Amino acid sequence: MTVLHPAPRWTSNEGVHDALVAALGDMVVASKEEHGEIVLTVVSARVEDALRLLRDVHEYQQLMDIAGVDYPQRADRFEVCYCLLSLTKNHRIVVKVSTDEATPVPTVTTLWPNAGWYEREVFDMFGVLFAGNPDLRRILTDYGFQGHPFRKDFPLTGYVELRYSEEDKRVVYEPVRLAQDLRQFDFMSPWEGANYVLPGDEKAVPPPPAPAPVATAPDTKGEAKADIPKVTEKTSDTGAGDKANAEAVKPVAEAAAPAVAKTDAPDAPEPTEDRPAKKPRAAKAKDTDGAVDTADKPKRPRAKKTDGEGA
Amino acid sequence: MSMQLEESPTTGDEVITNYTINFGPQHPAAHGVLRMVMELDGEIIERIDPHVGLLHRGTEKLIEHKTYLQALPYFDRLDYCSPLAMEHSYVLAVEKLLNIEVPLRAQYLRVLFAELTRICNHMLNLGSHVMDVGAMTPNLWLFEIREDCLNFFERASGARMHAAWFRPGGVHQDVPLKLLTDIADWIDTRLHPLFNDAMSLVVDNRIFKQRNVDIGIVSKEDAVRWGFSGPMIRGSGIAWDLRKSQPYDVYDRMDFDIPVGTSGDCYDRFMVRVEEVRQSARIIQQCIAQMPEGPVASTDRKVVPPKRAEMKQSMEALIHHFKLYTEGFHVPAGEVYVATESPKGEFGVYLVSDGSNKPYRCKIRPTAFSHLQAMDFMSVGHMLPDVTAIIGAIDVVFGECDR
Repeated sequence: MTVLHPAPRWTSNEGVHDALVAALGDMVVASKEEHGEIVLTVVSARVEDALRLLRDVHEYQQLMDIAGVDYPQRADRFEVCYCLLSLTKNHRIVVKVSTDEATPVPTVTTLWPNAGWYEREVFDMFGVLFAGNPDLRRILTDYGFQGHPFRKDFPLTGYVELRYSEEDKRVVYEPVRLAQDLRQFDFMSPWEGANYVLPGDEKAVPPPPAPAPVATAPDTKGEAKADIPKVTEKTSDTGAGDKANAEAVKPVAEAAAPAVAKTDAPDAPEPTEDRPAKKPRAAKAKDTDGAVDTADKPKRPRAKKTDGEGA
Repeated sequence: MSMQLEESPTTGDEVITNYTINFGPQHPAAHGVLRMVMELDGEIIERIDPHVGLLHRGTEKLIEHKTYLQALPYFDRLDYCSPLAMEHSYVLAVEKLLNIEVPLRAQYLRVLFAELTRICNHMLNLGSHVMDVGAMTPNLWLFEIREDCLNFFERASGARMHAAWFRPGGVHQDVPLKLLTDIADWIDTRLHPLFNDAMSLVVDNRIFKQRNVDIGIVSKEDAVRWGFSGPMIRGSGIAWDLRKSQPYDVYDRMDFDIPVGTSGDCYDRFMVRVEEVRQSARIIQQCIAQMPEGPVASTDRKVVPPKRAEMKQSMEALIHHFKLYTEGFHVPAGEVYVATESPKGEFGVYLVSDGSNKPYRCKIRPTAFSHLQAMDFMSVGHMLPDVTAIIGAIDVVFGECDR
């Protein structure tokens, strides 16, 4: 792929990927080179050994960052990504491990003293445990905060809000009250895989329910399935055929209309218009008492327009 | 504060045992909401435990709920002293995932304004650093330069501080020719005389040197171990500058020098920044001299919206405009870590995309996190007033540290 973008250009990646994978041996679970980045996934329990090897033998002297990422659909839901920088080779790589809520990741504070705060941050935000970190306290959230806010199942608004209470003369915590609903716009195109019924579209045949995500197996094969493009080359793809023809000749009334009932699709947005139909006006309003309904009024003959008069 | 007084068995003087004090979070020398729990032996620091996060706003979480374009203004609000430098990392990360070409004029403009931001940032930092250690006048003089920079930002983007001017694919709007000539004039007639005047009060000042020389010394090895970057690593004598070693935009066409320190103390870090201002001025002059004519944003209409005038004429342009400002553009799945040389050091963005119109995860690598963490190691054994000099030389801003 030709590089068009003006992002930072470091030393060529050529051969680095293979050399590192060979050097790390069985510690590597997966590896890829995408978008000009070398990403190595290593065994969680041996991340310290892997990073020590990379630091001491392969000259990745600096740990620039540790990033947590949450994939709730995976069995090992958290990824911890170590961004390494080599000052001498002028090169960057990303080393990743996967873990879940219970399994601790070995600390790398033994290798880099600045890993301490980065690990504290990942712990604070995601609840990933780091075995051996001497000071695994919360770092960014408030004193006494509960929960791990960067998990995908933590709501954007949080659970509590605080204000200064004039009665108590102190700051008090209260459950979040939203004056206005949190606006979440849905940009999924209904023609491209939205698996819920759009408001106002209830008469359409409901789509088959989405397959439940498999929580046990890591979804390494999941991507491949999604890559198969949707085609309509055979009649079996479109649903055309004898069955459809037989269905088509039936009189309209016989074909039962699909239920209009609200579907329980979990992602379906609420209908935006929920005003009940307006009741007809019961009586004439006071201020329009004198007014006469135009329908009852006899039509007055319009005065004939005379051209060229006056002026 | 817990202080315990007892009689010394030999001299009859009062003996003060170790005591713990709170520095901040409301302290003018803390440069924001930094709280440090200090354990002191008399006036000597034994241990520092910095508490950060008092300005945590959940920027990264908010970004996950916004489209790529809507996420951009959050970056201005990270390091509010150098807003455009923050945007720079983000737009480059998005461009790297998109692999989109950026016109040359846009790259020059981004470099020009990134360097102007560097000057703007250093004016604030140098000024407040000297004020932390007791001088008043230079800060006021340097603020004049900073105000000029902010005026230039306003003329380019319409906003003094939160510009939101860099966009994935280029910059938002072209600048008028008069702005470029004004910046060139300003460097000669305002920046250099004012800056040299202010620095003449500081750099050879006896009191300033007494407060900074040999304070908070960091060796080369320690700077590498603690993940230092920017003026902090250069102050320790390592000539490491991402603009040179991993050039982005048109930095590879620029001719500039990297100042390095010799002893790694607070004074060296200060002087590195002083020289960086002059080098930034050189880069700006080169940008203005070399800047070509042409478009200022990519012409890929799937990423960059068309101009308004075009929108009034062309149906296709109208559709593109509508789609980009409602749904936004989709970014190919993948992950990148892009770091640029912000005025404070390496500012990185680790961007994970799942192929949709919103970032799946956007981890921001703040410069202050590594540096502030080393606060304990840099200050131990120093006196209490040296802490302000060390914090000043770190150049910490909490919008970025806490995110």
